[in-house]
Amino acid sequence: MKQFITFVRKEFYHVFRDQKTLLLLFGMPVAQIILFGFALTNEIKNSKVLICDHARDAATQNILQRFEASPSFNIEKNILNHKGIEQEFKKGKIRLAVIFPANFQNDLNHFNKAQVQLIADASDPNTATTLTNYASSILMDYQKELQEGQAQFMSIKTDVRMIYNPELKGTTNFVPGVIALVLLLVCVLMTSISIVKEKETGTMELLLVSPFNPILVVLSKAVPYFFLSLINLTVILILSTTLMDMPIKGSIFLLYFASSLLILTALSLGLLISNSTDSQQAAMLISLMGMLIPTMMLTGFMFPLENMPLALQYISNLVPSKWYYTITKSVMIKGMGIEAIWKELLVLTVMTLVLLTISIKKFKIRLA
Amino acid sequence: MDVVLKNIVKTYNKGKVKAVSDVSFSVEKGELFGLIGPDGAGKTTIFRILATLLLPDEGTASVNGHDAVNDYKEIRKRIGYMPGKFSLYQDLSVEENLNFFATLFNTSIEENYELIRDIYTQIEPFKTRRAGKLSGGMKQKLALCCALIRSPSLLLLDEPTTGVDTVSRKEFWEMLKGLKEQHITILVSTPYMDEATLCDRIALIQDGEILSINSPRKIINQFPDQLYAVKSQKMSRLLADLRQSSTISSCNSFGEYHHITLHQGNTFEMQKKLINEMEHLGHTQIEIKSIAPTIEDCFIKLMS
Amino acid sequence: MTNEVVIKTDKLTKQYGDFVAANQITLEVYQGEIFGFLGANGAGKTTAMRMLCGLSTPSSGSATIGGFDIYKETEQIKKNIGYMSQKFSLYEDLTVMENIRFFGGIYGVPDKDLKERMRSLIETLGLKSEADKLVGSLPLGWKQKLAFSVAIFHEPKIVFLDEPTGGVDPVTRRQFWDLIYDASDKGITIFVTTHYMDEAEYCNRVTMMVDGYIKALDTPYKLKQQFSADSMDDVFYELARNAKRREDQL
Repeated sequence: MKQFITFVRKEFYHVFRDQKTLLLLFGMPVAQIILFGFALTNEIKNSKVLICDHARDAATQNILQRFEASPSFNIEKNILNHKGIEQEFKKGKIRLAVIFPANFQNDLNHFNKAQVQLIADASDPNTATTLTNYASSILMDYQKELQEGQAQFMSIKTDVRMIYNPELKGTTNFVPGVIALVLLLVCVLMTSISIVKEKETGTMELLLVSPFNPILVVLSKAVPYFFLSLINLTVILILSTTLMDMPIKGSIFLLYFASSLLILTALSLGLLISNSTDSQQAAMLISLMGMLIPTMMLTGFMFPLENMPLALQYISNLVPSKWYYTITKSVMIKGMGIEAIWKELLVLTVMTLVLLTISIKKFKIRLA
Repeated sequence: MDVVLKNIVKTYNKGKVKAVSDVSFSVEKGELFGLIGPDGAGKTTIFRILATLLLPDEGTASVNGHDAVNDYKEIRKRIGYMPGKFSLYQDLSVEENLNFFATLFNTSIEENYELIRDIYTQIEPFKTRRAGKLSGGMKQKLALCCALIRSPSLLLLDEPTTGVDTVSRKEFWEMLKGLKEQHITILVSTPYMDEATLCDRIALIQDGEILSINSPRKIINQFPDQLYAVKSQKMSRLLADLRQSSTISSCNSFGEYHHITLHQGNTFEMQKKLINEMEHLGHTQIEIKSIAPTIEDCFIKLMS
Repeated sequence: MTNEVVIKTDKLTKQYGDFVAANQITLEVYQGEIFGFLGANGAGKTTAMRMLCGLSTPSSGSATIGGFDIYKETEQIKKNIGYMSQKFSLYEDLTVMENIRFFGGIYGVPDKDLKERMRSLIETLGLKSEADKLVGSLPLGWKQKLAFSVAIFHEPKIVFLDEPTGGVDPVTRRQFWDLIYDASDKGITIFVTTHYMDEAEYCNRVTMMVDGYIKALDTPYKLKQQFSADSMDDVFYELARNAKRREDQL
């Protein structure tokens, strides 16, 4: 055990003394997140809103006043026909349409419930969600005020429709993608390079010619990168929640657990690569080609998988980040628990075990 | 016997490149044994087979009676190996390197300090310096300390003096002498022929084959001919002229002198004839004297 | 060897911060001379050699290499020198012919001469049957001989050799020196570093660097007299053993 600790300490020396790489390691995720952060306007002001008020009663007037008072909205127009709404959207002039049905107040008074339809242009998915959230909260405020002093339960149901990009593919979805990318890149690339480096400098020879179990040699290499990756994950999460208003609706513990699992998968893959290569360049090339590209293409955060040819969809099942991506989306955005993601966790676990077994089996106790 | 190699054959690239062919030798306990030969002779391959890093294609190798293939774990516990290339962590300090290798072998610097004391005191003033920033000679000393700290029964030193200057080389061999007194078996390789005489026994090796194994003195005694050293005013022309001469059976440049052997016959007559011949060709200040051969003379002789 | 001076330096100095790597190097090397450049590890040999090759600008002092100024005419210098080191010699994954053609090409050997000169080079080296083999597959000794021939293929005034015979077997080492003598006879100046002290004896003159300074410069014979030593090895040891920089410098 003392040997193992000495070994791990040595690995930390290596990591902290290579300051350029260290800067890159921590700079990369920060840069990525900030890039995405700047590409977004996280506070939305004076968005043009189109109102389609079929009711024209006191209630809708009241709500409209609230819309007008909000700095987020700028009421553009009142029109009454649906074709007109679509045209306005197409012209790109408006971001959101609020549609009140006829008899809005009537429904509210007599049936205690009424409906409002919100239509948002989701080609910019982040703006669309933010706007519908703002609009919903205005409606909720109004509902609360009505509720005061009333025994009857009043409800205004909002019916949200996203047009052009109903699944909200976009920047919010990038964050889980970026996390997967950064974790994979750091772990696969750095572990494989650091092991191959020992082969290149000849120190691997000395390590092999020692009674120290070679598998521990390899495992101790993984330890620093495991911790570095957790730090990286934390940095990304802090940045994305503060800078980009990314929600973490589910359990943060679960998120870290799933991430640790992905890190282990990636580390095992890094070990496997380092076993089969002898030069740092080769290790880097394989890691980049073998990891970066499939992760970008087949995870689903850049290009929707469901539109891909069937063969690619099957192949995507082999990409660890695809499963991780589903997990993070479920946990962060949908706030789901382990019961929703156990399948994906299982897949990652199996992947890790298989990769680890192969790389330990393949580990050479001799040269060449 | 501490080290025994029997009929070792090793090829690379699926048999295309022959590294070592049919090498056998043994090293006794406490012996300082030298493998002498140029780059590509197969020295490193032999070291790696003994260090259990390579499997021989044919033949057997053993260290302390343990087979290099089957009992590799036992061997790894007992040897101190210093690869040809400087193989320590350049980004760790002298002390950190030594500590690391001590712990790797389940020991500590304190425990085996006696073994390395003479060597380590020379580099101790720089113990906080990163290994990558040491001079060539110091790197070798550190590498030797790291190989010694585990208190090995066999030291495998692959070309420890390559690339370091004469002064460091002399110091290094002094250190090896000191280690011999501690009864550590040492197998060392070198491309420098002049270092051969510092070993108890040597194997001259070329193109994967052993040319001769014996003590340096005996190898020198086995040199079949009387050797002469010749010099004149114009050495490069003398070399060409000597090679043309019918009296000469071999001629090689050796720094200040050319070393020659003569064809059989009355040596005094032959010498006289040669001097006449060279004077006739315009050489002046011709000097000829009989000398004892060096290991390099023997090596050249064995190569031809 | 003629009396024409091809390398002339005057108080050539290279300083890195407080550290003077090469201190006031003053020497003259003649055309066709075999000039041995010796020194302990860290004595400043590499620094001095880099300056002379035009690869590094001196901090002070002056020098001309092949008649060209070391500060202003480095491009001219590079055209008139050849360089060979133990570490970088030739492209292992190119054939013998491809290597010669490549290096001939970058030094601007005219196309019409190239073919004929390649043919004669291959012949003198006895590499006819290996001409289309990869350099990587040749024995080390042949590689080094080929590398030297390539370094002087463009007929430079001076060729710099950085430990050209390291690790080469004794017979090939001597063949290598035969090539050096041939080049010297053709009027090419040879500037050579080596760790083999017997090779120092083959040089017309030898200089010894210690701690950045030139500590000795003369023929091997006179150096041995001066230090009442039997061999150059002893001369070297005498000069270098008290060097301060040996142990604590890069």
